[in-house]
Amino acid sequence: MSTIVLLTMTGLGLGALYFLVASGLSLIFGLMDVLNFAHGALLSIGAYGTWWAASGQLPGAGPGGWGFALAVLFGTAVGTLAAVVLELAVVRPLYTRPREQVLATVGVGLAVPALLSGVWGSDARTFPGPEALSGTFALLGADVPVNRLVLVAAAVVVLVALRLFLGRTRHGLVVRAGVEDRAMVTALGIDVRKAFTLVFAIGGCAAALGGALGGLYFGSVDPRQGTSLLIFAFVVVVTGGMGSVTGAAVAAVVIGLVQQFANYYTAAGLGDLAVVVLLAALLLVRPRGLTGRLA
Amino acid sequence: MSTATTPAPAAVSTAPEHGRTRLLRWWPAAVLALLIVAPWSALPLPGLLDGPVGSPGSLQLLATCLLFGALATGYDLLLGRTGLLSFGHALYFAAGSYATNMFLLEAGLPFAAAAVLGVCFGAALALVLGSVSLRVTGIGFSMVTLAFAQAGSILVSRDPGGFTGGEEGRAAPAELLPSWLVGIDHTANLYWIALAYLVLTLAVVHRAVRSPTGRVWEGIKENERRVEVLGLKPYGFKLTAFVLAGALAAVGGLVHLLLTGGSTPQTTTSDFTLSLLVMVVLGGTGTRWGPMVGGILYTWADHRLGDLAGSGAVADLPAVLRVPLSQPLFLLGVLFVAVVHLLPGGLARLPSRLRRTSEENR
Repeated sequence: MSTIVLLTMTGLGLGALYFLVASGLSLIFGLMDVLNFAHGALLSIGAYGTWWAASGQLPGAGPGGWGFALAVLFGTAVGTLAAVVLELAVVRPLYTRPREQVLATVGVGLAVPALLSGVWGSDARTFPGPEALSGTFALLGADVPVNRLVLVAAAVVVLVALRLFLGRTRHGLVVRAGVEDRAMVTALGIDVRKAFTLVFAIGGCAAALGGALGGLYFGSVDPRQGTSLLIFAFVVVVTGGMGSVTGAAVAAVVIGLVQQFANYYTAAGLGDLAVVVLLAALLLVRPRGLTGRLA
Repeated sequence: MSTATTPAPAAVSTAPEHGRTRLLRWWPAAVLALLIVAPWSALPLPGLLDGPVGSPGSLQLLATCLLFGALATGYDLLLGRTGLLSFGHALYFAAGSYATNMFLLEAGLPFAAAAVLGVCFGAALALVLGSVSLRVTGIGFSMVTLAFAQAGSILVSRDPGGFTGGEEGRAAPAELLPSWLVGIDHTANLYWIALAYLVLTLAVVHRAVRSPTGRVWEGIKENERRVEVLGLKPYGFKLTAFVLAGALAAVGGLVHLLLTGGSTPQTTTSDFTLSLLVMVVLGGTGTRWGPMVGGILYTWADHRLGDLAGSGAVADLPAVLRVPLSQPLFLLGVLFVAVVHLLPGGLARLPSRLRRTSEENR
């Protein structure tokens, strides 16, 4: 029983991490038809920003208590800023050439991890975290690490915030309408391009938060972390239906759980394999994903 | 490359315009002749290569460049000729390398048989997975190919049954390879094999694109719906392109196995496919020479920029400049973004763009 509880919580934690990356990816793809290959880089930027601040480089921030919260805030802000810069400088000039947009993000996705390993070395760095988040707590007879709970909580907050934003605000309405039919929104006289920058900022914010908290989950940061998570985030996006935030949340939980359980109960690595095979099978049976929409 | 493009100057100055263009048309043959005799040359190319052209180190680098030039040309069959964005091309390259290695190591077959079977395995894999992946179109196709390649990558790195050697990869058995392919003394032979592979790929792609099937590929790239309206089924044509590109990649894997003396899991990763993508776009998609130039340039830069970072000229720079310059992938990534932005069509379009600009200024 305790094994199942632990696996479930770890799977949920991993799913939460996937959701933080995939939600932005899904919105960006849904609205702009751009598969953002630099999204993993945004996560890495968030992780390194938080690590940098929490190791005492930023005044006021530190590895414990409010200092760590400030560090996470700093990392998330840097990631958001990077996403906005990415959209304005790299993606925006290529609006008339959709395929080149994807290619340009591939270039950024190659360059940023290389730059990070140039500045801080290619080896993994130990991630400092507050005492309160590094312990475990008892749940149904299992000792569950607290950081899983932090990730799940952050993902739930992001999900609720995104739902509220998309459902209750005017900007959210424009984004939703743009996902459905971008040409029609433009024809109605609304400048969709402003929404492009907005979804990039939101996506970058969520991914950077994922990076900051992912550091707690993995216990370390390294430049390749974001890129390796990106593939599974793609799986989540496609499974959940591109452009659907709720779909991404459901898919993230399913993928995270399947991966953890399969890795534990069969050979290690078979879970990762199962997930990508699942993606291929799903796309062939239902090319539009679980929720049945394809922007 | 550029050294061979100029024919004898005397002929140029006296011949009329059409004679000059006729001579210029033969530049690939001249380049090929230069490349064939390169191992006998002791010409030093400071900056470009570490030692003289004929030294084993330089030949190894040149052979790797040629190999990737060919590989990018084969990948362009999908990307630039048929308009298929596959993220799983590394799989077929790795399949050629690993399968040949397996037939040698586990089945103990002679090299020639193992090589043929390895390439057949790569082609068969491309046929099976291609026939499945091509059932979806657009970004779905890219994702399915990515998923299959990722599955292959995970399989290789998990080392099932000790076949693939996991993260370390697996060295090819030197005693089972023909003696003229093993050892540093025979680097020239490997170089010629890589060159032959490049010529083969260029010839196959050139012929395939000029064939009736190639014209349908071009139609599919431009507008798949219209090809269907004409009464043709795009599926079969796309599968042909996929299998042909996969088979060429498998041959490339075989050459890579000989060149590096083993199979490494790095060749299975999605990063490997992405670097192929970068090469093709850098050089120019859908052009005859562009992907080759992109592949050669990328591979050369990837190897040489690392050495440049270790040199005194860079080490003395302030950290702001030194750190980015010491990362080849950073420079290549930035260069790639710049090419995508400023030079649509890649380096292959550069001469015609320059010509147009100079004509406008005239």
